[in-house]
Amino acid sequence: MSKKVKISCRNVWKLYGSNPREFFDRHQGDPGEDAIRSEGYIPAVRHATFDVEEGEILVIMGLSGSGKSTLVRCLTRLIEPTSGKVEFDGIDLLGATDQELIDIRRHKMGMVFQHFALLPHRTVIQNIAFPLEVQGIDRETRDRKAREIIEIVGLHGRDDYYPRELSGGQQQRVGIGRSLAVEPDIWFLDEPFSALDPLIRKEMQDEFIRLQSMLNKTIVFITHDFDEAIKLADRIAIMYEGMIVQLGTAEQLITNPATDYVAEFTRDIPRAKLLSVGSIMEPTGEDVHPDLTVSQDDNVSKIASKVLSQDRDVRVVNAEDETVGILRRQHLVEVLFQD
Amino acid sequence: MSVKVPKPLWTVVPFALLLILKPVLPNWAVTPPKSCLGGCADIDGMIPFVDWVNAAIKFLKKHEFLGAFTFRDMTRSMSDGIQILLDITEGILHEGFADFGVGAVPWIVLVGLAAIYGWYLRGWKLALLGGGCFFYLALFSKRGIWELSMQTLSAISVSAPIAGIIGLVLGIVAAKRLGFERILWPVLNVLQSLPHFSYLIIVAIFFGVGSKAGVIATVVFAFPPMARLTMLGIKNISPEIIEAGTMAGCTRKQMLFKVELPAARTELMLGVNQIIMQCLAMVVIASFIGQSGLGHDLLTRLQRLAIGQALEVGIAVVFIAIALDRFSQAVAGKQPDHIVHGPLWKRRPFACLALGFIAVTGVLSLVTPHIGQFPQHLTISTSIFWDGIVDYITLHFYQPLSIFRDAFLVYFLIPIKGAITWIPWIAVITLVGCIGWRLGGWKLLLLTCTFVFFIAASGYWVRAMITLYMVLVSLAICALVGIPIGIWASRRDWTTRLTQNICDTFQTFPSFIYLLPVVMLFQISDVSAIFAIIVYASIPIVRYTIFGLRNVPKDIIEAATTSGCTYRQTLWKVRMPMAFPEIILGLNQTLMFGLFMVMIAGFIGTVDLSQEIFRALTFNDGGKGLVIGLCVSFIGLTADRLLVAWSDRQKKAYGLT
Repeated sequence: MSKKVKISCRNVWKLYGSNPREFFDRHQGDPGEDAIRSEGYIPAVRHATFDVEEGEILVIMGLSGSGKSTLVRCLTRLIEPTSGKVEFDGIDLLGATDQELIDIRRHKMGMVFQHFALLPHRTVIQNIAFPLEVQGIDRETRDRKAREIIEIVGLHGRDDYYPRELSGGQQQRVGIGRSLAVEPDIWFLDEPFSALDPLIRKEMQDEFIRLQSMLNKTIVFITHDFDEAIKLADRIAIMYEGMIVQLGTAEQLITNPATDYVAEFTRDIPRAKLLSVGSIMEPTGEDVHPDLTVSQDDNVSKIASKVLSQDRDVRVVNAEDETVGILRRQHLVEVLFQD
Repeated sequence: MSVKVPKPLWTVVPFALLLILKPVLPNWAVTPPKSCLGGCADIDGMIPFVDWVNAAIKFLKKHEFLGAFTFRDMTRSMSDGIQILLDITEGILHEGFADFGVGAVPWIVLVGLAAIYGWYLRGWKLALLGGGCFFYLALFSKRGIWELSMQTLSAISVSAPIAGIIGLVLGIVAAKRLGFERILWPVLNVLQSLPHFSYLIIVAIFFGVGSKAGVIATVVFAFPPMARLTMLGIKNISPEIIEAGTMAGCTRKQMLFKVELPAARTELMLGVNQIIMQCLAMVVIASFIGQSGLGHDLLTRLQRLAIGQALEVGIAVVFIAIALDRFSQAVAGKQPDHIVHGPLWKRRPFACLALGFIAVTGVLSLVTPHIGQFPQHLTISTSIFWDGIVDYITLHFYQPLSIFRDAFLVYFLIPIKGAITWIPWIAVITLVGCIGWRLGGWKLLLLTCTFVFFIAASGYWVRAMITLYMVLVSLAICALVGIPIGIWASRRDWTTRLTQNICDTFQTFPSFIYLLPVVMLFQISDVSAIFAIIVYASIPIVRYTIFGLRNVPKDIIEAATTSGCTYRQTLWKVRMPMAFPEIILGLNQTLMFGLFMVMIAGFIGTVDLSQEIFRALTFNDGGKGLVIGLCVSFIGLTADRLLVAWSDRQKKAYGLT
């Protein structure tokens, strides 16, 4: 891929225990499962290696305790990793001094938290302007900027309300607004919608998609909800017991799960919406049914009714209209009804 | 056949053995050597703690650091600084500034401002309470209660902020530095369980006497809860909020002032409330080293047994206490509302109202002098009424009350006192050690035994056992009275509310107030002291019983109900066992309250440690005062450690933590 790498994470470890660094060095930087358990260490993150590319949404997904929150905190250095290397725009983040770190956070990073983490003694506008205030930007400028953001996140007229006077969804809009105030290069969202009820959650997901279409940020998004991951992600990393067990597009995870865990995880996902025709067709060179064709890049759910209304298989073509395979009705039904 | 002894019983076996063996125990094992038995004038104890402390005091008094100044010079100049602050607050509140031709704040302004502020904070009820309190002080000021109240308020308005700042700074440092917290925590424990009287002497030595010394003593007593609550407040901030601050790029200073302190606001304001209440509790005690005001007046009247007049002053203290308590609680609970745009009177209606009120009274004061001075011919005194009640009680109930008192003394108190003082000290330390070991392992054993050994070695063992007897008797009666009240109160919502309100109100009374009615009824005796303790110390056990019973998880009660339990069965088989850990904590608090009150009750004549403290106070013996104070503190801390350990164990066993 030719895209620029925004964050590069190389072999990052986070161990909890009495003296993790010493333990880590003693095992030459690669302690095994048995050594970790027998010496009473808790592995929160283990050899995490991946890149986040500019403009992509990378969703880190896993159940609670899988280490996803710890991992994102290693990327922002809210937690000091035990070992590894994190580069942000080519800068070595783990080697940065406190002052450099403050500068990076002030200008390049934004973060949204699960429980909103709003400052209860500040109004909406003061909360959103907070990151600008700590930079020492004058009041007029930061209020103007904050008002723009209030419009963007849809909180018009609530400028002078306090967080406790807002609903959960509105509070998270403030949280999102605050994280966007400094126009960050990279945007971290730590389970931003998990604390909201399902209807509001859906609304906020749509809102998030709308915002991203305007802003085009590089995003690391944490969730435990696979549906949410599918809806928002360009790529998904699945974590299990501190390890990234698989990283890929939703379709790759479903069609080609790396482990039983991933397979188990993705089993109940409505595949039809995710899979392309190309992934379930039988490749063939023959011209079987010249009259009915579907494109191999089409979504299965999109062409389902068209195919099922016929009582035969259909021909699959590529972008150049050349036949690449055949789609069996039998396969289509299996995907649609997932058995 | 072997008899199976249940495990907990083993804890008391060594103790029981030592009791049985008492006749053959050597003397040193029964009473600690060199203990004071009768007059305790020149007692060293096994270890001469008193001499050590006095030597340290002498060093600080006399030794010149850098050949220029002594420690006492430093402390004395500190108290000069406090005197300047006191001059300012006294000038504002009751003396005026003659040099500038400015008078004190008129009574009507205080009444009005208290009412307006109360209205702003919590509506008309608090307005009525605030305004009413100051109006009471003005109306009933025949004996100069207004002036005395203003002296008291001015002392509080100096000591409370100083205590607040000290507590805040210590709390912040402790929240940030684990090492400092480890040092601060036990110091706070000792400071908070030390009887007030024991350090009055030291304060007097280093800071002199008078209102300025009173302020210092009050500060020492009042800052610990603030330090604790600051620490708690900062540590309880959700980690996400701190992370949000970090991600915004806060420096450490910005984090503290823009994130942590504002986010811990509720706890900090509770700390302020605590400080104000502690300051009021010290009002009477600080007058022992010459603080002027209501406390001093109350003390002299109590000493002359002018009960009616003392009650009148006492009620004024109570009114101030209740008003300040409710106001500071209201401030703590006040959440900001969103800002309304518009002209000033719309944005800040209450501030405008206050300014308007001051302006109107200013104009009125040109017309009538009564604005500045409450009309003297309208003031009322209630002391005649109170004296009438006292006389009536003496006249009609003297006989039955004294029979009750004597019977209680002869058939109940004296036998128990005999039994407790009979126990060899070796047996006590063994029992404490065994319980400590069982509840918390060797660490707790070592800690509690050190405490007990200190008391034995200090030379005041026998006196300490008398103190213990008074506290234990009171504790038993408190439990017998308080737990049933708590059970009754927890049954319905309205009884809970009612009881909690009564507890709240009683708890705001400065402890000396409790002496007035009991002296009225029982004159001066152990019985008076014990009744004062019972009334004062029953509050926590009632509170904790209610809390424990009401906080049993709902689904467990529902499970009991659907199993067909009657109310009684649910209470005894489900709710009481579940509430048990809380009730233990309540007993612990009751014991602490009891110890405090025992010390104050020494003022009306008991022969335990408190009497020795008062003697030390008279003879200006700083070392003795402090060492006896530590004895009291260690009795409290020993019981506290054991009871808390027990409660924690039970909670863990029930999975309640």
